[in-house]
Amino acid sequence: MNIHEYQAKAILKKHGVTIQEGITASTPNEAVDAAKKLQEETGTQWWVLKAQIHAGGRGKGGGVKLAKSLEEVAKIAEGMIGMQLVTHQTGPEGRKVHKILVAQDVYYPGPSGKMEFYMGVLLNRQTGKNTVMYSTEGGVDIEDVADKTPELIFKEEVDPATGILPFQARKIAFNLGLSGQAFKQMTRFVQSLYEAYVSVDASLFEINPVLKATDDKILAVDAKVGLDDNALFRHPELAAMRDLSEEDATEVEAGKHNLNFVKLDGNVGCMVNGAGLAMATMDIIKLSGGDPANFLDVGGGANAQTVEAGLRIILDDPAVKAVLINVFGGIVRCDRVAAGVVEAYKKLGNIQVPVIVRLQGTNAEEGKEVIDNSGLKVRSAISLKEAADIVKEVV
Amino acid sequence: MSVLIDQDSKVIVQGFTGREGTFHAEQMIEYGTPVVGGVTPGKGGTTHLNLPVFNTVSDAVKDTGADTSVIFVPPQFAADAIMEAADAGVGLIVAISEGIPTSDMIKVKHFLSSRKSRLIGPNCPGIISPGKAKAGIMPGFIHKEGSIGVISRSGTLTYEAVDQLTKLGLGQSTCIGIGGDPVIGTSTLEAAKLLMEDENTEGIVIIGEIGGSMETDAARWIKENGTKPVVGFIAGQTAPKGRRMGHAGAIIGGKDDTAAAKMKVMEECGIHVVESPAEIGATMQAALNKA
Repeated sequence: MNIHEYQAKAILKKHGVTIQEGITASTPNEAVDAAKKLQEETGTQWWVLKAQIHAGGRGKGGGVKLAKSLEEVAKIAEGMIGMQLVTHQTGPEGRKVHKILVAQDVYYPGPSGKMEFYMGVLLNRQTGKNTVMYSTEGGVDIEDVADKTPELIFKEEVDPATGILPFQARKIAFNLGLSGQAFKQMTRFVQSLYEAYVSVDASLFEINPVLKATDDKILAVDAKVGLDDNALFRHPELAAMRDLSEEDATEVEAGKHNLNFVKLDGNVGCMVNGAGLAMATMDIIKLSGGDPANFLDVGGGANAQTVEAGLRIILDDPAVKAVLINVFGGIVRCDRVAAGVVEAYKKLGNIQVPVIVRLQGTNAEEGKEVIDNSGLKVRSAISLKEAADIVKEVV
Repeated sequence: MSVLIDQDSKVIVQGFTGREGTFHAEQMIEYGTPVVGGVTPGKGGTTHLNLPVFNTVSDAVKDTGADTSVIFVPPQFAADAIMEAADAGVGLIVAISEGIPTSDMIKVKHFLSSRKSRLIGPNCPGIISPGKAKAGIMPGFIHKEGSIGVISRSGTLTYEAVDQLTKLGLGQSTCIGIGGDPVIGTSTLEAAKLLMEDENTEGIVIIGEIGGSMETDAARWIKENGTKPVVGFIAGQTAPKGRRMGHAGAIIGGKDDTAAAKMKVMEECGIHVVESPAEIGATMQAALNKA
């Protein structure tokens, strides 16, 4: 699960990480009030208005703007709230901005030069340990840094038994070229950041940039946080942060039926039991000349209700020209699944695209018979190869 | 003819009296697996499926000499169950449970590093040595005793591959479902080593997915140390970057964990890589004929 920048920053602050302070607003009036309040609290002269959507690249799309007066705050807020913000991560239709963060300006002039770093905490899957990944190159796309100057990316692996140790925090601060007050602040920043990551069961904490301000303060200017869905049961307060307006409506709907659905751009829909087989089925569709319109794992319960819900969701997409249902019956019996398909098909009625049902495993032959005798315009297959050939034929 | 489990294993089930535990314990017993008892805290001293129930894994081990545990405990409690089994000295722990928090598994992995137990999974179908024993949830009847080893990150896709092999007359020595989570007990590489060293395994099928680097790690080792034909398939050739495909571990992060990148490395390491999952069985047959 992803959360907004302002929510991530609240988590950071709670764990002692210094952040660029800010107040959220949903209207231009609220934005002006927030700006005034922020000025009283932090003394900031200027403000940065930041669109709160779950996507990166907001700056380039016009979702991050500097205001030098309260009039500008109102004017920028007016334009930003309600806009369709398009970034390289939103797709061409963009994402509607419901809320903005009015934040203090932390790029003020001062005695020392400013520096921007990158810092992320994430799992190293190879070792099964959390790792602090950091770079002297902050404020830019970290993937570009990894591509062009991989030597500027450093990693510090954390022992699960001890958590991050002071010497590791010092090493990071040294590698970032810091000294004096900034060095001290950075060691505290790193340890607090790691604490925050662990305490919320995050799967990713990414701070880009981490700013060394001109007065040697170390601040999190942006924050991207991904939470482990499997651990949300112990964090009801975090689960409540879920913003459904940021998620694909169809995927949310599918979730209600316990279907794991991911929308894709192709023309052949598919419904499969098991994530691995679902991906493999998408691959088969592609190899047969089609393009997968979705990923859909119905899990262990392939019955009439889930098949109906799945078919409904797939057929909602006008781009879908054919549907492949692929079920390997282990515990689930194929004849039951077939009966479910027939029932769902009749209930939905008026299905205009060819539906191919491939059933293999327990009672596969009986399943095929149920499909073939149903009188419906459904093609059946038993081997994966047959199914692939039928897909080839219909697309 | 097999690795990890066989007819001489002594298997217990953790979460024995629950719905899942009961159903699959019955299936395992029906398959001929030597199940010797189970654990459900608070139900020790009773019997279930005509077998003794224990309060703790250590009681179960003392009383039955169990060397293998299959875990069906709900995800919130599964990490604890794995560590309890390891602490009791169970040599092989098979965790079927799906949805264990990653941070719990980081702790488990660390806990296991100072103990002798091997963990398979979690979020996996388990292990089967056809004709001998099964510690898991796979349908027994699609398997056939033989000499192909299968390693896989997914459930039904493994059944698909096994079914193709069986229908071509290629039986299996042991099929190991290693699981689809980001942190798992036994990697593709470790499973490949076990099967490569098993003298009765003549060929190995590796079924991988997008995400992580387990398949390429295994491929590089196989290039140097492999003595048997290996067929590989990576699911998710059409998966977009950054979208999680069901399994918590199946997400493309960087350019090295795409299906295309993995397939390329595997091919360079001499593995017979198939593009279509429909060709896994036939490719193994052809590879064996050539070898």
